[in-house]
Amino acid sequence: MRRFSAAGLVWALAIVLPVVSLLSMTVGTVSISFGDLFAADSSQTANNQVSTILFDIRLPRILLAICVGAVLASTGAVMQGLFRNPLADPSLIGVSSGASVGASLMIVAAGGFIHSGALLGLSLVAVGAFIGGFVATLLVYRLATSGIGTSVTTMLLAGIAIAAIAGALNSLLTYFSDNDMLRQISLWQMGNLSGASWTKVSIMATVALLLLALFPKDSHALNALLLGESEARHLGVDVQAVKRRLIILTALGVGVCVALAGLVGFVGLIIPHIVRLAIGPDHRWLIPASALAGATLLVFADSLARVVVVPAELPTGILTALLGAPFFVALLLQQRKQV
Amino acid sequence: MTMLADNISLHLSGFDLLRNVSIEVEAGKVTAIVGPNGAGKSSLLKVITGEMEPSKGTVSFNQQPLSQWSLEQKAQMLAVLPQHTLLNFPFTADEVVALGRIPHQTGSVKDAQIVAEALELVDASYLQKRFYTQMSGGEKQRVQLARVLAQIWQPCELGEQFLVLDEPTSAFDLSHQKLTLDIVRNLADRGVGVVMVIHDLNLASRCADNLVVFNGGVIEAVGSPEEVLTEQLIDKVFGVKSIIASHPVTKRPLVIT
Repeated sequence: MRRFSAAGLVWALAIVLPVVSLLSMTVGTVSISFGDLFAADSSQTANNQVSTILFDIRLPRILLAICVGAVLASTGAVMQGLFRNPLADPSLIGVSSGASVGASLMIVAAGGFIHSGALLGLSLVAVGAFIGGFVATLLVYRLATSGIGTSVTTMLLAGIAIAAIAGALNSLLTYFSDNDMLRQISLWQMGNLSGASWTKVSIMATVALLLLALFPKDSHALNALLLGESEARHLGVDVQAVKRRLIILTALGVGVCVALAGLVGFVGLIIPHIVRLAIGPDHRWLIPASALAGATLLVFADSLARVVVVPAELPTGILTALLGAPFFVALLLQQRKQV
Repeated sequence: MTMLADNISLHLSGFDLLRNVSIEVEAGKVTAIVGPNGAGKSSLLKVITGEMEPSKGTVSFNQQPLSQWSLEQKAQMLAVLPQHTLLNFPFTADEVVALGRIPHQTGSVKDAQIVAEALELVDASYLQKRFYTQMSGGEKQRVQLARVLAQIWQPCELGEQFLVLDEPTSAFDLSHQKLTLDIVRNLADRGVGVVMVIHDLNLASRCADNLVVFNGGVIEAVGSPEEVLTEQLIDKVFGVKSIIASHPVTKRPLVIT
């Protein structure tokens, strides 16, 4: 497959993302023209309702989509590099399945009080999801780490085992739920950005910036790791330290994403894959390009989610898969033709 | 300046892989390790490169215990070419070779030049922009050889440099076997210490200063090819009847089976 220039793709995405975000500001149940957009920004005379919709609802939601998309896609790129497996995704380390149990537990245990128990303006569900995700990752990591280091294969298997246990616990919790809880659980599992608030945005943005500031330091190490662990060590990479650092950062990033936006699938698995097909596996470019592409996809999917069934809206997670998967299949077909 | 393994034993899951092995690899010399499959050759390489801790004995590198060098320092002095490298991601050849420059801070311009020269040296310039995943076995191995050569391309101020090769010629055709041995010889002349595991006794005889013969986890013989390669030894170690002749041109021993 012929490659695109890596720098070119990053620049193109850096232009596309703001454009898509700006367009996204105008769409929704209430459609707002570009004229109103700039009027609301610059003058006091603007309609109060429009200004509320833009700055209290849409803007935080778009920013949340950008951060969640960027974190899911960049952690996906990192995990695929670390596991030397293009089919790896952040959920492999147990974070998503653990978060799912945490969230369900909170929904079922808290029953009807779910929205009253707020911590830092976050729901109990979010806190439960984050804790569940982190505990599961820790468990997977501990299972795979012995005196001689962390075995990637054991980690994959442990992730599968933990996911199976989490799946069973989840089923158990759904079994004991009433109709209202069931709906909440399944909506949460579809992934949704509709609850965006400035509190959520600031937490998510902090985490996203932290990850995107720290990942580039390990780009070379990830490139070397693609050769194999002992080859990477012979190139001077402290493999164990890199693994530990990247797994902790991924658990943190994905944990917060899942806590704030539910299970938005697909982005972490397939965005890095598509970007790799386009520009090659060099992590110095793969990580930033994936982050930008993930952010763009999620903003786009979320905009569609707001308009396809007006006046209601769809959970975002449904659309990320519906949009991304056919594109991915098209890429695979094209690649098959060229081999 | 040497790589020194002193009285090494290695036990792994109840097996004695190495028993009281001592070996010295000098800078500027080519040391070839030969022996039957499973004799402990690769295990010894793993121990002297720090990949495995010996159960007993010590390994020193440039007059310091190996473990006292940091990973970065070690990577600037020691390059290791494994028997197989499982790289499933579509790097191009020059990207793979550029990985060999990770331990060095020489800047991208210099690195690109070294990468191009290393590929040229292993007769793989034409592969530069090709994807590693689409190359033949021999092409892959040549690109990996270029990668480890790029890693020790320039002398290092920390100490003498060493290159460890595990069956470097196994995937190569005749001309690339010869090319590899010429490269190894030139490196040694530049002062690099080379250790390689090799199966072809005649290739070993042609290029090695020192020959180490392994058998069942112990060293059977050490010395120059002339001293070591005898009909009795080959019969004892490999169980093969042979005739030792002298190469008509190089005068090195020639094993005919």
